[in-house]
Amino acid sequence: MRRPRWKAGIAAAAAAALALSGCAESGRGGDNDGADNDATLIFGTEGEIKTLDPTFSSDSITSRVANQIFETLVRLKPGGVEIVSGLAESWEPDESGTVWTFHLRDNVTFHDGTEFNAEAVCFNFDRWHNLPPGLAQDPDMSYYWQALSGGFAENTPDRDDLGDPLYVGCEATDELTAVITLSRPSSKFPGLLVRQQFAIHSPTALEKYDADNVGGTADAPQWPPYSLEHPTGTGPFKFESWDRANQEVTLVRNDDYWGGKATIGRLIFRAIPDEGARRQALLAGDIHGYDQPSPSDWAALQDAGMRLEIRDPMNLLYIAFTIDSHPALEKLEVRQAIAHALNRQAMVDAVMAEGAEVASQFGPPILPGWNADVPQYEYDPDKARDLLAQAGYDEGELELDFYWPTNVTRPYMPDPQSIFELFQRDLEEVGIVVNPVAEPWSPEYLADVQSGKADLHFLGWTADYPDMYNFIGTWFARPLPQWGFNNQAIFDALAEADAEPDADTRYAMYEQINAQIMEFLPGVPISHTPVAIVFAPNVTGVPPSPLLDERFETAQITG
Amino acid sequence: MTRFIIRRLLQVIPTLAALSVLLFIWLRRLPGGPDAALLGERATPEARAAIRERLGLDEPILVQYGRYMKDLLRLDFGVSTQTQQPVIDEFLIRFPGTVELAFTALAIAVGVGIPVGYLAARRRGGWLDNLVVSGSMVGICTPVFFLAFVLKWVFGEQLGWLPTFGRQSPGINATHVTNFFVLDGLLTREWDAAWDAFLHLLLPAIAVASIPFAVIVRMTRASVLEVLNEDYVRTAEAKGLTDRTIRGRHVLRNALLPVVTAIGVLAGALLSGAVLTETVFAFNGIGRFVYLAIQNADYPVLMAFIMFIALTFVTINLLVDISYSIIDPRVRVH
Repeated sequence: MRRPRWKAGIAAAAAAALALSGCAESGRGGDNDGADNDATLIFGTEGEIKTLDPTFSSDSITSRVANQIFETLVRLKPGGVEIVSGLAESWEPDESGTVWTFHLRDNVTFHDGTEFNAEAVCFNFDRWHNLPPGLAQDPDMSYYWQALSGGFAENTPDRDDLGDPLYVGCEATDELTAVITLSRPSSKFPGLLVRQQFAIHSPTALEKYDADNVGGTADAPQWPPYSLEHPTGTGPFKFESWDRANQEVTLVRNDDYWGGKATIGRLIFRAIPDEGARRQALLAGDIHGYDQPSPSDWAALQDAGMRLEIRDPMNLLYIAFTIDSHPALEKLEVRQAIAHALNRQAMVDAVMAEGAEVASQFGPPILPGWNADVPQYEYDPDKARDLLAQAGYDEGELELDFYWPTNVTRPYMPDPQSIFELFQRDLEEVGIVVNPVAEPWSPEYLADVQSGKADLHFLGWTADYPDMYNFIGTWFARPLPQWGFNNQAIFDALAEADAEPDADTRYAMYEQINAQIMEFLPGVPISHTPVAIVFAPNVTGVPPSPLLDERFETAQITG
Repeated sequence: MTRFIIRRLLQVIPTLAALSVLLFIWLRRLPGGPDAALLGERATPEARAAIRERLGLDEPILVQYGRYMKDLLRLDFGVSTQTQQPVIDEFLIRFPGTVELAFTALAIAVGVGIPVGYLAARRRGGWLDNLVVSGSMVGICTPVFFLAFVLKWVFGEQLGWLPTFGRQSPGINATHVTNFFVLDGLLTREWDAAWDAFLHLLLPAIAVASIPFAVIVRMTRASVLEVLNEDYVRTAEAKGLTDRTIRGRHVLRNALLPVVTAIGVLAGALLSGAVLTETVFAFNGIGRFVYLAIQNADYPVLMAFIMFIALTFVTINLLVDISYSIIDPRVRVH
C-alpha cells in the first residue's frame, strides 16, 4: 500500500497546479505604443529610485530618471556646463536682479495633455514655496528648494536653518510670460534651476494625485500616488511602470514631444547595486551602460571594446583647517607650511584615476571664475620646515588631530585610507606630529568634522549646478564651525558676488575671491577627479555630462 | 499531534516578546543612526538634528519602545528609513525572492546530495566515494561569492547561456501576483516569464547550494554507512528482502533522521538570505536589503527581520519534529 501513496501525491500536486494556472489575470495589456518595435535601452543604476517626484529627492539616481521625464525652464547644454534654453526660450533680470522674466516655449503639452504655459510655471513655483510645515520641509525631502530659497511661505517651527525665503512670488503676465520676483538678487538664479528638483510638472496631475501629501505622520511617511505612479512632465519620455520587485523603472517614448522625438522606444533603468555585477552585466551584453565605473576598471573596459566616456571634473577634494581648534592653525605660516608639505601630485599619481589633476583653488577649472593666477603652494618640504620654525614650532612640537573617514568612497575620494596615509607621511616628514582619528563616514565623521572637532580633515564636493558659488559660497560665505574662521572680507566679497545679477561681472569677482581665498588659505585644495560613464560598443548618441545630466533621447543602438 | 503543535506555537509568544525587548534596547544603543546617511556631505548639523527629531530618536527609550509595541500589536512594523515604504511591503516584495532561491538551492542540495551520499556509502571506497569526500571539502572551503563570480563569468559572460543578474530580465513586463515569480508566471500563464524567472534562479541557487550540498552529502554518507552496519539491515538481507525494500524502508528512513535535522538548520540559514550571493547577482531578496539596513541603521527593518527570523526558525524546528514522526514511528510527539 506504500507505493501508490507517493504516486497519488504527485498526481494530486499536478492536478492542483493545473487548477491554479490561469488563476490570476495576466497584467500585460495589448497596448503597444509602437514602442515594442523600436530599440530598448537598458541602463544599470547603483540603486533604486526613492520616488518619481524629483521635488522630494536629492540623489543622482532619481534625478537621472527624472531628467528623461521632466524638463526645466533652463537646462545645460548637452555635454557641457553652459546654461541654455529649456522650457524657457529666453530670460532676463531687471536692473536690481530681483525680477526675472521668462519667455516660455510655445506649443508644449504635458504627458497628460494639459497645456504648458506661464500659469503652469507659477503653479509649480508656488507649490514649492507653499510646501506645508513638517515632513515636506525636512532637509532630506526638499533639500534643493531650501538651497535655493532658504525658506517657505510658512516655516516649520524650531527649524533654525529656515529663514525668509528668497522667492517672493510668480506672475503669469501673459500666456507665455512668467515673471518671478525674488527678495534679493542671488547667484543661484537661474543656474540652480537646471536641476530636476525645479522641473515643471503638470498642475492637473499634481492636484489630481495629491502630490504634496507626503507623510501621513512624521513617524510613518507615505508617498502620495503622484510620486509613486503618476509623474507627469513635458519630456521626451513618459513614465510607464515602476516594478519594485525587480527594481526597475520603464519609460516609453513621448510621441507628442515638442522637440526631436526620442530615437529609442523604451528606456529601462534597472538597479544593480553591486559594481562588479554591473560590470559583468555590461560585458555579458545584458545592459547597455552604467555610470561611474571604478577607475581601476577603465582600462579593462576599454580593452573589451566598451565605450568609456570620461567627463570633465566637477568636484573637489580638499583638506580643511578648523582654524579655531588649535592655536597653531591661526598662524598663516603654519597653514602655508602644511600646504607646502603636502605632495599632492604624488598622491594624485598614486591614488587617483587617469585624468585627475591637482587643484589650485577651491573650484574646478571648467567653471567661469576659475583663476589661473592664484597664489600657488608647490611641494617644498624645506620651505615648510622654515615656515614652521618661523611660527615657533620646531621638529616634533606641533601635534595636530587629523580626521579621516572610513567606510566610504566618493567620486572625489576613491580611497580615503591611502590618501590619508600619504599625507600623514608628508606631514611627519616636516616634523608635524599627526594624531590620526578614523571614524565611519556617516554619521560620526560628518557630524564631528562639521561641528569643528578636527584640526585637519578632508572632505569634498560635487557641483550641484554650474556656478563657482556652489563651491566657494557653500564653504566661505559665512562663519561655519567646520572651518572655524571669521574673515569678514571674504564673507563680504562673496555676498557682493552673490548679489551681482550680471554673469560676467560676477565671474570676474569670483576670480578675485579665489585669489583672496588662496591667500588666506582656510584649507588646502587637493584634486579634481573625472568620473566616467560607460556604454556598450553598439550604443552611441548619449553625450556625457559633467553634472551627470545625460539625456537619452538621442541614443542609437546599432546592430 | 494537534495538541503538540498548538502547545509549541504558544511557547513562541513569550519567546518573541522577550526577544523584542532585548532587541529594541540593544539596537537603539548602537552608535550611529539614520540621521544623515541620505544627504552625505550635504548634511548640515541642523539637517541632522531635524531628521533625528522627525524619527523620534531623541525621546526616552521606553517611550520609543511603547510606541513600537503598540504598532506591532496592530501588525504595523513601521516604515523603512531607507525607502520610506512600509516595512511589511518591503518584506513582501523581497522575501518571496529569497524563498524561491532557498527552495531551489535546497532542492538541488537535497535532490542531488542525498542520492550521491547514499551511493557513495553503498560503494564505499569507489571512485564516487573518493570524489565525494574530497570534493565536498572544496565545496565547503570555496567562498560563495567567489563561486558566484566564477559561475557568472563562465555561464553568463563566456558562454552566454544564463542571465547574470536580477530575478527577471529587464523589460519582460511580467505580472506580479505573489512575488514568487515562477509561480506568478504559472498562475497568469505567462510561460515566458516563469521560464525567465527560473533561469535567473539557477546560477545563484547553485552558488548558494554549494555548502548545503557538501554538508548533506557527507552527512548522508556517514549516516548510511552507520546504518548499513546495523544488525537489522543484515537481518533484512538474510530474510531475502529485495534490495529496494531494504534501501527504502530500512536503510534510508533510519539514515535520514540526522540529515533531516541538518536540512532544517540549513533551510533556516538559507531563508535568512544569502547576502553575498544576492549582492553578486543583484538578486532582490531579503538578504541584501537587511545588510543595507544594518549599514544605514534602518531600525524598523532590522527589528522586523530579527523577529521574523526567530519565527522562521521556530517553525522550521516544528516541521523537523513533525517529519521525524513520519520518518520514524518510534518517535512519538508528546
